[in-house]
Amino acid sequence: MIENRFIKTLKAKLKQFRHSVFLLKRNKLTKLAFYGVIALFLIAIIVPIALPSNIHVDQDTNPIDKLLSPSFEHPFGTDELGRDVFKRVLLGTRISLNTALIAVGIALLIGVPLGAIAGYFGGFVDELIMRITDIFLGFPPLLLAIAIAAFLGPNLQNAMLAIAIAWWPWYTRIVRGQAVSIKERQFVKAANAIGTPSMKIVFRHILPNCIAPLIVQASMDIGGVILTIASLSFLGLGAQSPTPEWGLMVSTSRNYFLNAWWYSIFPGLAIFFTVLVFNLLGDGLREILDPKTRKN
Amino acid sequence: MNEPYLHIKNLVVSFKTFEGSKNVLNIDELKINKGEAYGIIGESGTGKTILALSILKLIESPPGEIVSGEILLEGKDLLKMSSKSLQKEIRGRKISMIFQDPMSTLNPVFTIGSQLENVIMETQHVNRKKAYIKAVEMIKTVKLSDAESVMEKYPHELSGGQRQRVIIALALSCGADFIIADEPTRNLDVTIQAGILKLMKEIQRNMNVTILFVANNPGLISSICDKAGILYRGQIIEKGTTREVLKSPKHPYTFALLHAVPSRKEDKVDLSHFIIKETEESPVEGCIFYSKCIKRKESCKKPQSLLKINDNHYVRCHLWEEDTL
Amino acid sequence: MKNYIIKRLLLGLMVLFGVILITFFLTRVIPSNPAAQWVGPRATQEQIQQATIELGLDKPIPVQFIKYLKDLLNGNLGYSLRSKQPVLNELKTYLPPTLELIFFSTILAVFIGIPLGVNAAKNKDKALDHFCRFFSIGAVSLPTFWVALFLQLIFYRWLDWLPLGGQLDTRIKMLYEIPKYTGFLFLDSLFSGNWIIIKDVFSHMILPAITIALYPIGLVARMTRSALLEILSEDYIKAARSYGLKERLVLWRYALKNSLGTTVTVLALSIGFTLVNTFLIEAIFSWPGIGSYIATAVVALDYPAIMGVTLFSAFSYILLNLTADIIIALDPRVRV
Repeated sequence: MIENRFIKTLKAKLKQFRHSVFLLKRNKLTKLAFYGVIALFLIAIIVPIALPSNIHVDQDTNPIDKLLSPSFEHPFGTDELGRDVFKRVLLGTRISLNTALIAVGIALLIGVPLGAIAGYFGGFVDELIMRITDIFLGFPPLLLAIAIAAFLGPNLQNAMLAIAIAWWPWYTRIVRGQAVSIKERQFVKAANAIGTPSMKIVFRHILPNCIAPLIVQASMDIGGVILTIASLSFLGLGAQSPTPEWGLMVSTSRNYFLNAWWYSIFPGLAIFFTVLVFNLLGDGLREILDPKTRKN
Repeated sequence: MNEPYLHIKNLVVSFKTFEGSKNVLNIDELKINKGEAYGIIGESGTGKTILALSILKLIESPPGEIVSGEILLEGKDLLKMSSKSLQKEIRGRKISMIFQDPMSTLNPVFTIGSQLENVIMETQHVNRKKAYIKAVEMIKTVKLSDAESVMEKYPHELSGGQRQRVIIALALSCGADFIIADEPTRNLDVTIQAGILKLMKEIQRNMNVTILFVANNPGLISSICDKAGILYRGQIIEKGTTREVLKSPKHPYTFALLHAVPSRKEDKVDLSHFIIKETEESPVEGCIFYSKCIKRKESCKKPQSLLKINDNHYVRCHLWEEDTL
Repeated sequence: MKNYIIKRLLLGLMVLFGVILITFFLTRVIPSNPAAQWVGPRATQEQIQQATIELGLDKPIPVQFIKYLKDLLNGNLGYSLRSKQPVLNELKTYLPPTLELIFFSTILAVFIGIPLGVNAAKNKDKALDHFCRFFSIGAVSLPTFWVALFLQLIFYRWLDWLPLGGQLDTRIKMLYEIPKYTGFLFLDSLFSGNWIIIKDVFSHMILPAITIALYPIGLVARMTRSALLEILSEDYIKAARSYGLKERLVLWRYALKNSLGTTVTVLALSIGFTLVNTFLIEAIFSWPGIGSYIATAVVALDYPAIMGVTLFSAFSYILLNLTADIIIALDPRVRV
């Protein structure tokens, strides 16, 4: 009997999974975005290892070669210090992905437990936590990040922290919603009835059920977070020279770009493509996993 | 016999899911004569609404798809028409529809008046002033008091019964002489139901419209319709004059449906005393009721066409084949 | 209805209070030496001492907070480190150009975003829909500051059609006297009735307005599309079709009007985002607005100025969302 039920749920899960794959296959743009994300991660991992000229790209200046237009030798041209823009753009991939992942990670670390606590315990605790999220959501995220980064002091670490502080309420809301609905289900009630400690219920039963929606939300957010980091750096509140961060590169290029278009165009394109790929993937994932659009 | 007003032939409608397509409607023949009120009885989920929507080609596609068949209106195949000419010549002009849920059929952000006026202006090519006069007249026709003030109201300001009357007014105001009524009294109180039914009967008599009335409740059909068909899993399994079909049902399913206790939930009928628990699937070709039929036997697995009981009564069941043998 | 509005107002007030609390912590509690930060790196020891007393930093934190609230209520946002002027006065001078930009970008968002969304919903899963999806996701993926530079390259450097930046050509500024009726240059130029001025003001507006409008256009198009798709499967749309109404009427009036609630919400949200986006691009276009003001403040670490803009922006964001929610609640024709 138990086995039978197990097989049944397994079958249902499999059906769901096949449905997702079916939808994913149908959606070419999402598939493309998925490959794009993989390519970005490969670049982020391989390039810093494969380019031992890291130090050169970062610090060394080569004034003779300054502001050269794109050529075979320098596909994206060179900057005002004679550094190769192509290499710097490639190296920037790791910085952007790294900071974005860490920022989202911190936001999850703050947001998820708070959401689980709010959803599970309800009542006053719930009210308090949710009103705090309301307050944080009262700022546009970039604005809050700017304010926090400015007061913590302008550097990349603080920018990450600032973004995490601006972002966590979204995760709290998701987890709380899930927790509230899961709490009503039989297995959590059963666990409660046999006297399992609350904390254990939260971590054993509620959190694992939140993983799927969290992954979707986080993957949708990565694009926005990368854009926010670039924006902070552009304003001078993120990465500091000579870090090859894309937003910072566009920012320094402002003094030269009218005569050296490549200097601003390529790092900006890198931001655009990275954010676009993540957003397309996130959007596709949502469409696939959202029960509303799923029924077709 | 001369050509019926509406003639549906071999209509197959399927729904596409990711696991492949599934037929939800399979009607080999349905004839409705002019001026007639025809009832379709079936539980929810048997394809009643899909049948109603198919006639106007309003099935959401995807996932729905009309696979094959013909829907002839005065000899003209509606399925072969483009959606533009359907809109210009058929919808509203010849056929209009009364939807089942009075709560969701009216557009919430327009006044009753402007919704009526729009329909009248569109179908009768008159200006707003004349449309207004006509609209007030229509509201009076459906026996709503204080027509002028109803015109100014938004749907949420009306009660369910009032809304359903407005919806009937809308369906009539376009001047169609064939009306498809998809469970128009669902979600209404019993007393209000009676009023709406009475109104529809009057309209049918006085305005000489043809009605296809779809419902889950045999009682509703018997009070309005001359002829009736029983729909089960997308197939008409029994049809004839309402009197014949409801007084002496021949199909075990019809029998079950008529003798079942209506449960408290309006759209669900408790059939459990008259059917057996599903132990095997219905055969692909044979009777679709096989899996639940108490009187089933081996021969039921074979394909079955409509059998004539008499001129006014047809049934799709092997039991009667043997009886006549 | 009434209850909802009261509840919404209370929530708005609470969020407002929370925002003030957060800024208080950012400026007074978290920095190791808030007084020194507040008066800038070049301040003397006496100045820091004076600031400590002025901000009440020698008192316990609750007392400090009450003082902070009082200052805010009196409009005292401190003095800019660079200009030594009260931040509030500076905000007032820098506000009009930014509002002009936001106004035009919102117009673009409405008149491009909504039709785009409607047509995408109408042609679901066809080429136009895919284009709309790509466009709207693309628009929210673009780094605004880079778009600004890119447009300058094309329309100023290469085509030489439009000016690089500023609100008005310096020559025109010297040649003509532009009356100051409203403080909004665009309106004032219209009042002047001088075609040369109007044209010049307008041509300066184009690039920044387009840059800033991309995000809201994408957002509005996307939300309109998804709202409409949901509405199009409603019974009343099927019913409208069954009465033989023209598809144009069904789509652009029967369906679209039902999605207005969503549009209002999205517009309020996107105006808030647009305001923050001006921080990134106004300096590029030498646009003398709030965005330029905070961008330079950030570089100079002019904390009172940064905090002034932050408070102002957060307040307007909260007010916008509050207004949108109340409009939706009040109008029976716009469904929540």
